[in-house]
Amino acid sequence: MLAIENLIKRFDQPGGGELTVLDVPQFDIAEGEQVALIGQSGGGKTTLLHLIAGMLTATSGSIRINNLELTRLSEQGRDRFRAGTIGYVFQTFNLLPAFSALENVKLGMSFGNGSVDAARASDLLDRVGLSDRAHYRPNQLSVGQQQRVAIARALAGRPKLLLADEPTANVDPASADTVLNLIIDSCRDENISLLMVTHSMDVAQRFQRCDKLEDINRAFSPLGAGT
Amino acid sequence: MSLLFIAWRNFRYRALSSFLTTLSLTLGVGLVVLVMSVYGIISEAFVRNASVGYNLVVGPKGSTLQLTLNAVYYLSQPIENLPYTEYMEFYPKEKRAEMVRTFGGDPALGERDGVYAGFMTDGYAIPLALGDYFGEFRVVGTTPDFFELLKHGPDADQPFTFEEGRNFEFHNEENSYFECVLGSRVAAQMGMRVGDVMNPTHGDPEGKGHGQGFQIVGVLDPTGTPNDRAAFVNLEGFYLLEGHAKPIPDDAVIVLPESAETAGPDEPLLLTIPEREVTSILVRNGNLMMAPLLQNRIKESVRAEAATPIGEINKLMTMIVGPLMQALLAITLITCVVAAVGVLVAIYNSMNDRKRDIAVMRALGARRGSVTWIILFESLIIALVGGIAGWVLAHLGILAASPLIEARTGVQVGFFSMSTYELYLLPLVIGLSLLAGIVPAASAYRTDVGTNLSA
Repeated sequence: MLAIENLIKRFDQPGGGELTVLDVPQFDIAEGEQVALIGQSGGGKTTLLHLIAGMLTATSGSIRINNLELTRLSEQGRDRFRAGTIGYVFQTFNLLPAFSALENVKLGMSFGNGSVDAARASDLLDRVGLSDRAHYRPNQLSVGQQQRVAIARALAGRPKLLLADEPTANVDPASADTVLNLIIDSCRDENISLLMVTHSMDVAQRFQRCDKLEDINRAFSPLGAGT
Repeated sequence: MSLLFIAWRNFRYRALSSFLTTLSLTLGVGLVVLVMSVYGIISEAFVRNASVGYNLVVGPKGSTLQLTLNAVYYLSQPIENLPYTEYMEFYPKEKRAEMVRTFGGDPALGERDGVYAGFMTDGYAIPLALGDYFGEFRVVGTTPDFFELLKHGPDADQPFTFEEGRNFEFHNEENSYFECVLGSRVAAQMGMRVGDVMNPTHGDPEGKGHGQGFQIVGVLDPTGTPNDRAAFVNLEGFYLLEGHAKPIPDDAVIVLPESAETAGPDEPLLLTIPEREVTSILVRNGNLMMAPLLQNRIKESVRAEAATPIGEINKLMTMIVGPLMQALLAITLITCVVAAVGVLVAIYNSMNDRKRDIAVMRALGARRGSVTWIILFESLIIALVGGIAGWVLAHLGILAASPLIEARTGVQVGFFSMSTYELYLLPLVIGLSLLAGIVPAASAYRTDVGTNLSA
């Protein structure tokens, strides 16, 4: 489903020169597979997710998703691909404050083929247990509820691959368990491949496959040079 | 979920900022609409007031604009006078002989046709004598023909009607030559009605009283013309007021009328023709095609000048009022530009707060073009709401002031009275606001997803 080969990402440094953040010779995820990628903060986990989502461009190497070579797509092509293929759960939820919970979920479908499936949006909110908060604004929800809305939004566009960037880092332990179950169960139910990055061993142990970032990233620095 | 809906939600979310930005645009647009409307009202008022049935105004040599302002609008300083014989030039010899017999004068005047009489078949000439005041209002000495022959209204087809009473008469037993009719605004403001006596003052509003009053026999219905602001007295009574008789030249030939010999001791004697003057003459010649020719003949004369009121007013609008209004319009348009800059500043300042939102939308698959359009749509919403609210506000103001406008100018305005310029205003405001939205929209376009999601 996802196949990465010889992926390198370098950033320009303010004082001149370049900093290599990622150097991944090989990394694959099969269709429907759920993978936890564990590593310290600053190890390049988020950069890897941004590259897979097409939000950053690679310096060199190959990222293939469903046999589509992402690095050869134009920016518009990557936007279209992201809207139709990728779901993204952020560490800080990133709900849009001007919109209600239900509208935030609908936003997850708005930039794909343009059609909004209102029934699916309501159903997803119901699935994350927030159908009674559908018209609440993000600032009227607890952090745990906000992350559940964010999960519903990430699933709204029927993605093939869900990228989750430390989704439990900012929620309390009880909510973290709920959030984790929701992500894992939903991906299993809809046969969505899942790549979750985390620094928590407790979270990683819930996955059938757990990779260490330092094992796949040759540029990994224990001092934390990534983003 | 459409981009327009997303923009609308952003507009509502930043309610205070959106309200203040839109309000500044509303006030700017409202101001422009008001200026345009005032210009329209002034133009219409001037033009309709210049069309009261006559096509020429005749007065002494001098400024044709001042003649028009004086004779038609009762504005500006009083001008010099013309001898009464100039007025007699519009009549055939029979009528001139009758005038000599009635008032007294040189019989030779009745032995020839007036030099302009040939133009006057089916037309009329109405004399005006100005110079006195009643309070702040002009007193106009004229003949009963003024209310019998002249018309008013947009098509100059409505006769003068009386809210109370009747037209004054040339002479009657009850009031002799001293009857008058008040314009509607004069009556209302001075608190006068039929049966009261109006005492004019000489020369200016603070001038000395004449000691001779005029019996008010009629109050006009409002006409929306300058006539609402005038007190009309019988010309014969006007002549009989102290100081209104012109000194008789030494070489004047005067044959007194028979009435002078038969009049009782208390009966006032009418002024003879050499003692009479008129300030201006309202002329309608029978064949309008001949009006330019008549005007040229008058202009060629030694003493008289002729002006076409419509032409003079058009010149006034083009040369003075028009440029002034254009300057005012330019200033108010600058206000609109300033308001548009306000839109730019308000949206641009909010861009720092919403870069993360834009990055999130981009992460959800929104293209750069989509987030750019969302910002432009926000500008569009501000322009539409501000533009329409400004138009509505201005027209509500016009509607609220419509009774006053109608009373003062005669121009009827309603909520939907609008000038053609207003049709261009909303597209202009939308264009300006979209232009103002380009800078923040470009900022949205350049928003980097990775940087702003990691921030």
